[in-house]
Amino acid sequence: MNMQTKVAGVTFKNPVMTASGTFGSGMEYSEFVDLNQLGAVVTKGVANVPWPGNPTPRVAEVYGGMLNAIGLQNPGIDVFMERDIPFLKQYDTKIIVNVCGKTVQDYVEVVERLGEEPSVSMLEINVSCPNVKEGAIAFGQKADALYNITSELKKHAKQPLIMKLSPNVTDITEMARAAEAAGADALSLINTITGMKIDIHKRKFAIANKTGGMSGPAIKPVAVRMVYQTAQAVKLSIIGMGGIANAEDAIEFILAGASAVSVGTMNFVNPYATVEIVKGIEDYMRKYQVENLSDLIGAVQE
Amino acid sequence: MKQKRTAMVRSQMELAPQIFDMWIETEIAKEAKPGQFICVYPKDKSTLLPRPISICEVSEDRTALRIVYRIAGQGTAEFSGYQQGDSISVLGALGNGFPIKEGKDKKVFLMGGGIGIPPMLELAKELKADKQIVVGYRDNRLFLHSDLEKYGHTFVATEDGSVGTKGNVMDAIRENALEADVIFACGPMPMLRAIKKYAEEHRIPAYISLEEHMACGVGACLGCVVKTKDIDHHSHVHNARICTDGPVFEAGEVDI
Repeated sequence: MNMQTKVAGVTFKNPVMTASGTFGSGMEYSEFVDLNQLGAVVTKGVANVPWPGNPTPRVAEVYGGMLNAIGLQNPGIDVFMERDIPFLKQYDTKIIVNVCGKTVQDYVEVVERLGEEPSVSMLEINVSCPNVKEGAIAFGQKADALYNITSELKKHAKQPLIMKLSPNVTDITEMARAAEAAGADALSLINTITGMKIDIHKRKFAIANKTGGMSGPAIKPVAVRMVYQTAQAVKLSIIGMGGIANAEDAIEFILAGASAVSVGTMNFVNPYATVEIVKGIEDYMRKYQVENLSDLIGAVQE
Repeated sequence: MKQKRTAMVRSQMELAPQIFDMWIETEIAKEAKPGQFICVYPKDKSTLLPRPISICEVSEDRTALRIVYRIAGQGTAEFSGYQQGDSISVLGALGNGFPIKEGKDKKVFLMGGGIGIPPMLELAKELKADKQIVVGYRDNRLFLHSDLEKYGHTFVATEDGSVGTKGNVMDAIRENALEADVIFACGPMPMLRAIKKYAEEHRIPAYISLEEHMACGVGACLGCVVKTKDIDHHSHVHNARICTDGPVFEAGEVDI
């Protein structure tokens, strides 16, 4: 049985990754799970300089999920290179670094710095965070803006680029096609869905930022649909995510067309979710006598 | 390795309206320190996130923990229905806890306001010092008061004036002309702000336990931050993580 999967020429031992922003750089969860068992660790977004993020409250629970507006708090690329990369290099897992910025130049700076680090297998470009005022989603909601930043970053990147797409658009396939046309190597989707919660007793927004990105099991059907539509529209490999709680959910994304999957919010609920999903996919393959994981990718039938 | 564990409910009772007192059997009790907290995971799949709840007391034989909590939403409402013998999922003990050595043999205030009172009980038990326990309640339902009285001289403030000083814990300090060399406190933000100010004026250290909405409880999500005077070691901005760098901070370190 072969659990390996390929995304833009990079081979992963299995298709299970961590969703950016839910797993730090792996340190906190390495106390719960063996990172060697993961296909890849996708890090929290890193910018050219430290970002303080948004005021609190930053998180709120909603039915079957949560809202967050962390605002991409991160230590900046210098600390990241000195501390987080050496930590992750100790493990036999692939490193994918999520990159954020306010301007194209910010992204370029980070992408160039990471080009010096051969242990980083891929870069995931965050053009879809709904919680910061400048940058991020501003590049991910208009096809021409996405095209421009993708083609610009391709000029500077040493590693393959994954463009992380926002679901907060009218037509996800239009964005996917723009990224593909600009030279993106892969796509990941979905980022969080913009939402809002009001505390009726205090008559206040539950989140200081007013809006937050919704994640968790409640958004899964939206994500599966978007992964399927995108897989139909482009040739690029897709890393699918959005509410994956168990192996069944992960397999659903793979059948819809994802070559790999990321586990996000469920890490908070079940710190062992990632490794349990690896095991669960293996059990599924054994049960249905699937020789290669790749046989499952996009294998849903009409 | 850290572990999410199964714990068994030993007992549960309602101490005051909406305030519940639950003892759970768990290995966490072996190493739990005053001021630390545990995460309790609701069983209802629509309420996903763990609820951070402070440790109120550890049993003598260190096999069980007591948590005293207020029903604040669906998760804690679910917990309040648990009965003896039920099993629950917990994670902990989390956070740094109170720095007991800073108060040893000194004249100290242990100050608790409302649902910030519970963590002061285990602290009162473990701290060997000249303890003045100052607690603030809404009304005459003085939950945990009789437990606290065993470990120090206790002063009460009530918002409605039904018992002790009318007002809050700061009013109780003034009315009784109390003094201390060190403060340990947990309670609502206005109370903690007043304590920070008082500690600055009197040039004494105050160790305050903070609360914030959390998602992961283990330092990964960066949901529960507090502004700090110095640059924090994690993100190198001025945001400490309450779940892992706290929940207890020296008042001068944080901007609240």
